[in-house]
Amino acid sequence: MNTRTYTGLPRWLYGLAVLAALVVVLPLAAIVARVNWVDFLPLVTSESALSALGLSLRTSVASTLLCIVLGVPLALVLARGRFPLQGLLRSLVLLPLVLPPVVGGIALLYTFGRQGLLGGTLEVLGLQIAFSTTAVVLAQTFVALPFLVVSLEGAVRTGGQRYEAVAATLGAPPGVVFRRVTLPLMLPGLASGAVLSFARSLGEFGATLTFAGSLQGVTRTLPLEIYLQRETDPDAAVALSLVLVAVAVAVVALAYRRPAGRGVRQASTERATASAAPGGTVP
Amino acid sequence: MTFSYQAALAERGFDVTMSLAAGETVAVMGPNGAGKSTLLSSIAGLLKPDGGRAELNGRTIFHLGGNSSRWTPPHRRGTALLAQEPLLFPHLTALDNVAFGPRSAGVPRKAANREAERWLAEVEALDLARRRPAELSGGQAQRVAVARALATDPALLLLDEPMAALDIHSAPLLRRLLKRVLAERQAVIVTHDVLDALMLADRVLILDGGKVVEHGPTRRVLEQPRSPFAAGLAGLNFMPGTLTKDGIRTGRGREVAGHLEEAGPRHGPGGPGVAVFPPSAVSVFLTDAHGSPRNSFPVSITDLEPHGDQIRVRAGGLAADITPAASADLGLVPGMTVHFVVKAAAVSVYEA
Repeated sequence: MNTRTYTGLPRWLYGLAVLAALVVVLPLAAIVARVNWVDFLPLVTSESALSALGLSLRTSVASTLLCIVLGVPLALVLARGRFPLQGLLRSLVLLPLVLPPVVGGIALLYTFGRQGLLGGTLEVLGLQIAFSTTAVVLAQTFVALPFLVVSLEGAVRTGGQRYEAVAATLGAPPGVVFRRVTLPLMLPGLASGAVLSFARSLGEFGATLTFAGSLQGVTRTLPLEIYLQRETDPDAAVALSLVLVAVAVAVVALAYRRPAGRGVRQASTERATASAAPGGTVP
Repeated sequence: MTFSYQAALAERGFDVTMSLAAGETVAVMGPNGAGKSTLLSSIAGLLKPDGGRAELNGRTIFHLGGNSSRWTPPHRRGTALLAQEPLLFPHLTALDNVAFGPRSAGVPRKAANREAERWLAEVEALDLARRRPAELSGGQAQRVAVARALATDPALLLLDEPMAALDIHSAPLLRRLLKRVLAERQAVIVTHDVLDALMLADRVLILDGGKVVEHGPTRRVLEQPRSPFAAGLAGLNFMPGTLTKDGIRTGRGREVAGHLEEAGPRHGPGGPGVAVFPPSAVSVFLTDAHGSPRNSFPVSITDLEPHGDQIRVRAGGLAADITPAASADLGLVPGMTVHFVVKAAAVSVYEA
């Protein structure tokens, strides 16, 4: 960091900034301080804990894949398509970001539940979704999809369509353009979007509890297990919380690390301007 | 092997008709917003005009309006587009970029790579084959982009200011390269540089406000411009008006004496005409210098700027080139009223 250049920040700002950082960091430190390190391993490897962790990982992977399969087309259509009510659809898709998860769970219940909008149809097909592992995946997808769509739509929009246009004039039909140009170019945005969706799925609590219940091995994911253990075995709740904190730290590190590609591109523009310079500086 | 095009797009006030003979290259020039990009985009199939029709080598690439709505998508037109920026796919090597076109056309990977190597060699960039676009300089990347466009064997090559983003050292190399590859090839090149038009094109088409204002062989357009833009390109003073017995009368009633070019006017006096003369033929006087056969225009100086080893005096929409010494002797400053004096013999007059 360059410490010589003028920052223009008043000193009192630093005080408030430190306070803000403490609001986030202090509770995390409190968890670490409260961990019962002696029993840590047995606590996080108990049968119920492992069962909840396994279920959490499986459902989160499933919902992340579902988010990718559904979110990529949605982000592309929102960013590049032209159709009526596009703006309205964009706002609606973002709704789960600000909706209380409990409300999301109730909404899902009245869509897929036995008395719900699609309940009758699903029953005819012999499908029972509410209070099953499928319900967990659906709840997680509901809350995590906006994360993927938002980060992907932004990346796709700033990237523009110029590469796609060039590819088309080179004779590539739309399918080839999507596979060989659009998809590879959106990969960095897709990766960070998927990581964020995975993290959101892993932490899902309210919608899951409302729509899927809390059945050990079927719908009781790690956050639900932690909430349950808090009553009976606080040490176990703290230990499992630490596991989720560790996962969150890893996710943030993955999603927000500096993209490797950008450094290379900047270097090349610097080289281009540098190569132009010698002609002008001949004495 | 010909190309004909007519299209209109009301929203942009665009209405252009043009054609290409076999193996011909046309330069399209004009001020910003003249419709040059609209022309290229609609030929390439990236922008749909309201109406019109275009044929390339006997194939209709679009026919819109009336009860016809034929529109060939860009990937089936055979019109490769080379833009101002190379736009190489950043995730592919130079070789894979060049092989992209052939592979999209269904050529197997090995054959496509051989084809790509041949074109990279053609643009003297074979040694860059394994590099990623981020590892290429602007000039190198644009050369690879030329190879990529040519590897598709386009029926019509579209070039949108291909030299504009290059530094002054890379542009001449690319210009030489384009001169070689554009010979005997149908191409439309949009450019701001009169040198491109002279070196690369057989004809020039000047657009302004979405319309063709002038077209013809590059040399003729530059020697006898009929639009202010073309006169500007050629570096000539330009005065439009109506033809008189020995010159033209401008819209503001100013008489300009000159010598009539060509055998004789088709319409005779009264028809539209232009008077054209180089800034070097203009002398600057502080007082009115009477005496035929001279033209003397009282003008107010707007700008003084260096021009080679001369001073260019801009006034009343005209330009005069005088020596720095003369400028100092006369004490010229912007805002001053002076007389621009041109001998009639130095003024070319012809029909517009």
